Amino acid sequence: MAQIRAEKQGLSSHKKKKILVPSSAKKISKTSKLNRKPQFYGLEKELLLKIHDLMVQSRALEERLIKIYKAGDAYFWIGAPGEEAWAVPLGMQVHKGRGPEYDWLHLHYRGTPTLIAMGMPMVDSIRLIMNRATDVCTGGRNFSNHYCFPEWNVAPVSSPIEVQYLQALGTAHVQKRQNRSKGVTIVTGGDAGTAEGDFASCLVWASRKGFELPMLITVQNNRWGISTNYEGQHGESQISDRARAFNMPAQTINGNDPVESYIKIQEAMTYIRTKRKPAFIEALVSRLYGHSSASGANFIKDEEDCLIRFEKKLIEAGYLKSAEAKTLFENYEAEAQKIAESVRQEPFPESSTLWDHTYANHENADWRNF
Amino acid sequence: MANMAQAIRMALHFGEEHLNVKDIFGQDVGAPLGGVFTATQGLKTTWNTPLDERGIIGMATGIAMAGDRCVAEIQFCDYIFNTIDLLKIVGNTSWVTNGNYHLPMVVMTPVGAGIRGSIYHSHSFDAWASRLAGWKVVMPSTPIDAYGLLLSAIEDPNPVLFMKPKALMRVRGDELIPGEPESEKELKGMIDAPIGDRSQWKPRWPQLRHHSIPIGKASITRSGEQITVVSYGRQLLNCNQVADALGAEGLSVEVIDLRTIYPYDWSCIKESVLKTKRLLVVNEDTEVTNFGEHLVYRAVQELFYHLLARPRVLAGKNVPGIGLAAALEDASVPQSSDIAQAIRDICREEP
Ligand SMILES: Cc1ncc(C[n+]2csc(CCOP(=O)(O)OP(=O)(O)O)c2C)c(N)n1
Ligand SMILES: [Mg+2]
Repeated sequence: MAQIRAEKQGLSSHKKKKILVPSSAKKISKTSKLNRKPQFYGLEKELLLKIHDLMVQSRALEERLIKIYKAGDAYFWIGAPGEEAWAVPLGMQVHKGRGPEYDWLHLHYRGTPTLIAMGMPMVDSIRLIMNRATDVCTGGRNFSNHYCFPEWNVAPVSSPIEVQYLQALGTAHVQKRQNRSKGVTIVTGGDAGTAEGDFASCLVWASRKGFELPMLITVQNNRWGISTNYEGQHGESQISDRARAFNMPAQTINGNDPVESYIKIQEAMTYIRTKRKPAFIEALVSRLYGHSSASGANFIKDEEDCLIRFEKKLIEAGYLKSAEAKTLFENYEAEAQKIAESVRQEPFPESSTLWDHTYANHENADWRNF
Repeated sequence: MANMAQAIRMALHFGEEHLNVKDIFGQDVGAPLGGVFTATQGLKTTWNTPLDERGIIGMATGIAMAGDRCVAEIQFCDYIFNTIDLLKIVGNTSWVTNGNYHLPMVVMTPVGAGIRGSIYHSHSFDAWASRLAGWKVVMPSTPIDAYGLLLSAIEDPNPVLFMKPKALMRVRGDELIPGEPESEKELKGMIDAPIGDRSQWKPRWPQLRHHSIPIGKASITRSGEQITVVSYGRQLLNCNQVADALGAEGLSVEVIDLRTIYPYDWSCIKESVLKTKRLLVVNEDTEVTNFGEHLVYRAVQELFYHLLARPRVLAGKNVPGIGLAAALEDASVPQSSDIAQAIRDICREEP
């Protein structure tokens, strides 16, 4: 192991510091596109505009979800405004499909931008938050952002913090066993949740010598767990330091910068797909509307807004006009609003369906009928 | 005749060969030990996990989600408690995803007292398990049932908890497993790992055949007229013995081996109670909010006017643990004398 600078020149706003990384991690960083410094580190205009478009769509959708909640059309909102610059580039690089040769996603309750980037129609998200019978993820049984898409290997999001880090081990294990599979397992979660033992379990199981798992293990660090701030809860300098102890390439990146996110995710994914070993990314992100509707879901001005930041850069580069950005948002906003209005007409699940799917194949699960 | 550990091993082998089982894992489940009760010796797909129960359940969940069949073990049910939220998630996954995902997976774990295991090797889990909606929960009392129930568990499209009564792991049955050689010695020579160096050892498996004990089907192990005793696992064998002994005294006891705790075979219980008009449920989980109470509740609701005596539950005392000293353990969980006493009391009762 050698001491190198993990964060590259001119890269992110957060502190540069000397950190220990294993040689495998060094290899990734040495060839990093981020070492070169053309504008947007060489990402094409078309790709940048695509990222921007998806970020806008995701933001417009999330803001609509909040409005749906505030209008009394949903019991609860939780979601991802502020994480788009990280989560959209992630979703864009997923090999989506069903089966171990495709990527598996074990998301937490801030997955909207990733799924929008994968092509999820907005209506799926809106039906979910409005607990309609038409909700393809849960049939009106679970909260907003608790997605589930088996046709894309998207594991069901469940509320208990951090359990997805354990379940992800199993899908990665199945992928590892498939000789020719390039599929990887991606897991996401928050910073506060890393205190759960399941986070440590994930690092232990993913890195066993000779049995390393093809996983992209990530943490979205917004420096909050509901109302508890990051300060006072962590002895480690960075969450990624914990992954480094398990000999996996690990980095802390500026998740408010979609270009940095895109490139770092790409490098990590290439490493995992070819080496069939885990890599770790801690993305520093913002929490733009607080934790959830339980804390009001109001816009928080002192957090950096990744969308405004990116738009500014695109406008400066002449890739986008501010009027175009405005129109783009308005169009997605109008679309989301229209969808919400039509979903409002859709039925709720019937109480007679209560026992459905307790067991597979419509087997009776009501003991009164045993 | 095979003992229960051998029967489980043979079922797992059959699972590997014919039912697509690709992973059998847990603490010390793989070589060289093959499980603390030797129930996983010599199998092809076993492996040793980190000492992390939550990791084991999470791993099994992910494997099932990805569509592969696996059998995971928690070394003792006393150590399953820190996974209970993960078990809940497994149980609710099909339901909360409105049928998008099913999780066919088997978790097996040794349960119960009877080996002087003190407070952390004597727990029961049947009452807790009965609250895990979405799971099926089984517990055999004989090697042949262990074989058949484990095959059914592996084949089931739902998560199944397979509880192994640890005190019965060395107990033999009186029925051959299909394909098992007649001679115990021969079977031992074929599938028991040798003491000492095992690095070169390979089992020679008998040509096993499928045998199904359907989940949700009880079996009547003693027919009788005066009282129905419902039990499972280790206590079932005690109930059988007591029924035989009381038969000599002129009491006619019907014993039902429930085998599946959930979804349980109500029609078997109901039919029997309609005949005997008396009911005793015996298990060794603690007595307050015990699964037997649910069966008694149901009997009261549906069969009240047919009953000649108050239905009862004989279960473990509601103390925090099982004490090591024999007198303490014996006072904590039902003993044959307690079962006999309860049967006599109920049969003596007149409306
Ligand atoms: C096991 C568990 N404990 C507590 C909670 C309640 N809870 C929901 S979100 C949350 C904070 C999570 O913070 P973090 O992991 O940083 O993720 P973030 O919400 O900031 O994205 C808590 C305590 C829960 N859902 N699960
Ligand atoms: Mg947080």
